Amino acid sequence: MALYLLRRVAVFIVSTAVAAVAVFAFMAVLPGDPAAIALGVNATPEAVAAKRAEFGTDRPLAVQFLAWVSGLPTGDFGLSYVSGDRIGPQIADRLGVTLWLVLFGMLIATVVAVPLGAAAAVRHRSVTGLILSGLSQVGVAIPAFLAGILLVFLFAVTWQVLPSGGYTPLAEDPVAWFQQLLLPALSLGLVQGAVLSRYVRSAVLDVLREDFIRTARAKGMGLYRALWRHGSRNAAIPVVTVLGLQLATLLVGAVVVERVFTLPGLGSLLLDGVANRDLLLVQDTVMVLVVAVLAINFLVDALYVVLDPRLRDLSPRGAR
Amino acid sequence: MTRPLLRLVAGRATAVLATAVLATAAAGCSSGSGGSSGGSSVKSLSVGFVAEPSNLDFTTTDGVAIPQAMLVNVYEGLVKLDQDGKIVPLLAKSWDISDDRKTYTFHLQDNATFTNGKKFTADDVVFSLNRVKTDWKVSLKSAMDVVSSVEKKDDTTAVVTLAKPSNSWLYKMATRVGAMFSRDGIADLANTPVGTGPYKLESWKRGDAITLAASPNYWGTKPKLEKVVLKYFKDATAMNNALLTGGIDVISTVQAPESLQQFTNNSKYEVIEGTTTGEVVLSFNNSKAPLNDKRVRQAIRHAINHKTLVETAWAGRGQVIGGMVPPSDPWYEDLTGVTPYDPAKAKALLAEAGQSNLKLRLRIANLPYAVAAGQVVKSQLAEVGITADIEPLEFPARWLDVVFKQADYDMSIINHVEPRDLGALFGNPNYYLRYNNPKVQELLAKADAGPESDQIAAMKEAARLVSEDAAADFLFLFPNLIVAETGVTGLPKNLVSESFDLTVLAKAKG
Repeated sequence: MALYLLRRVAVFIVSTAVAAVAVFAFMAVLPGDPAAIALGVNATPEAVAAKRAEFGTDRPLAVQFLAWVSGLPTGDFGLSYVSGDRIGPQIADRLGVTLWLVLFGMLIATVVAVPLGAAAAVRHRSVTGLILSGLSQVGVAIPAFLAGILLVFLFAVTWQVLPSGGYTPLAEDPVAWFQQLLLPALSLGLVQGAVLSRYVRSAVLDVLREDFIRTARAKGMGLYRALWRHGSRNAAIPVVTVLGLQLATLLVGAVVVERVFTLPGLGSLLLDGVANRDLLLVQDTVMVLVVAVLAINFLVDALYVVLDPRLRDLSPRGAR
Repeated sequence: MTRPLLRLVAGRATAVLATAVLATAAAGCSSGSGGSSGGSSVKSLSVGFVAEPSNLDFTTTDGVAIPQAMLVNVYEGLVKLDQDGKIVPLLAKSWDISDDRKTYTFHLQDNATFTNGKKFTADDVVFSLNRVKTDWKVSLKSAMDVVSSVEKKDDTTAVVTLAKPSNSWLYKMATRVGAMFSRDGIADLANTPVGTGPYKLESWKRGDAITLAASPNYWGTKPKLEKVVLKYFKDATAMNNALLTGGIDVISTVQAPESLQQFTNNSKYEVIEGTTTGEVVLSFNNSKAPLNDKRVRQAIRHAINHKTLVETAWAGRGQVIGGMVPPSDPWYEDLTGVTPYDPAKAKALLAEAGQSNLKLRLRIANLPYAVAAGQVVKSQLAEVGITADIEPLEFPARWLDVVFKQADYDMSIINHVEPRDLGALFGNPNYYLRYNNPKVQELLAKADAGPESDQIAAMKEAARLVSEDAAADFLFLFPNLIVAETGVTGLPKNLVSESFDLTVLAKAKG
């Protein structure tokens, strides 16, 4: 188990390093000189050169990369090209909003998907099962931003029961915070919930066909009780995998949903950065998102060990 | 105990969710703004904007967002522009211009104070204007190059001497370069603006909103509102929704005119349409064949039906002007008659120029108005036998590089938003339009140097010459479209300056 985890840690570190190179290289080839853009259309070449020196973009790429990368672990993300402010605190600030959104969305997705998927599996032959399955198909087909626009139209514009956007920090006004987060989280969560419920359904269906369930049922245990006692852990493995993938999707989906609901999260920071050609800010934000996704994958891998004791033995067959 | 566990979970979850929704519904929508205390008018209003400042320091950071929020509202200059584009007193009660038009003597308000408590005096004028040359980073600072000295005569009199007479200098004094700073108030311009204006910065939630509060010691007419919230939206639909749901009271600029429909037939809202200083220009590369031939340029102008273009591309909002001068400038005249829509004449001119099967690159900015207008231009030009290949370039970076810097284009479409930019576009042969007409340059110089009457006459003549020369085509004047809740007053109908003037904003309690 130690070896397995160690290997996962190694994979995490190597992928982070590769990602850092990739993100940096991608930003470096983008057209548009940030110094020229920061100074406006009438800047003189001398002024642009001076600005370039100020940004440090006149140094060789390798030097720029090392300077950037070495700052990251300490939280030194550099200074914004546009505002001159430190980027680290900005990202931390915005990350708070996005994390709440993702967490909320994930919660809704799970709360929707697990019962729905399980019910659809147990009743897969009945009309109820078919309807549930069909509903989730519809959900899968709707992108989160469209769900967001529809929800705004219904809850905010037509019924006027929830605000159409904005954000109030939790500490300032918990009620407003909840109200403003509800619709964005629903638009993320419902769609992801629909996707997740498909996986829950198939995982539960697989488990239902297992011998140990039949044995349990033969011993006189009720269906749901048997599922809970013996099936849940087995069904959880594929579901956790998907959940991990979905967390990543949620993070990325949050970028779009934040725009629809004008939430000051990481997504809107990223879009602002792109619009203002604040390349370092974009680079940092993308890097944070990448590391978050990699970290989620790592956690999912680690969770397998908890869920599946067979993985704890060191045989190569056991390690995934 | 045999109750199905999963159903139980499902049941509970639904109940929790339903309770949550109901609770929120019962609490209602609390984000709506509006007054809280008594009185006949509302104490606070929220205005929706598109571009959020990246910081609040326009001395080092370019872009429209900072002066839009800060100028006139938080910072004041000696003069400002009124709704008709006229230069009127602000921190200067009045000013005298010497006979050689090189010396300006400003008589200052004697009771103005900065938000840091310091009194505004002639020392601050000297400090602020000199600082433009020494400390400002943005290219706009060149507006002060013409100044040779700034002196304090006494506490309420400042004397500015110019190297040469310049009307445009006084005009620039109404823009951000003329803003007055406190000598003790520049420590943290990016976050803590210190000005003499009717509002001061109360808070800034980055990515969300800037809140301005009425400055208690304001020297002039105090604003009717205690607070104005400038809320920033990246998404036009989100901003529309915010107005529909009471999240904001005003949309400062409508991005997509077709979205106006949801407000026009609703008595709860008022649509205000005015002018901007943004001319949507079909620019020509005047130095490069075949557009170095005046007949070809004129043919293109004759081939375009501007009325149809505005209807199709911008929902009929926007004025056809025929020249580079908006109606809010004193030297505006209607130039739509210079090259009227006349496809037959366009074909004749092309034949005369020996051009058939003309193919031109139309390299436009990838912005909504340019893309919409580009399609119409393309189809209208096709009718006179010109093929325009549309190539949208990412704005700003690609467009600036390819069209603006390298002038590697035949035609382009861009909204030139800068006020009074006739000279910038057509007075400088190195500008991307590559238009070189000594007569126009001479007129522009004359306009800058002479008294007001000469200025108006010369500017009119220059604008007409540029239009007759077909140095560019002027597709339409970008409209200023504001949507507000009915009852909101004091909104700037015409966008004449770079600030969004919030000082007289008010709303009666309804």
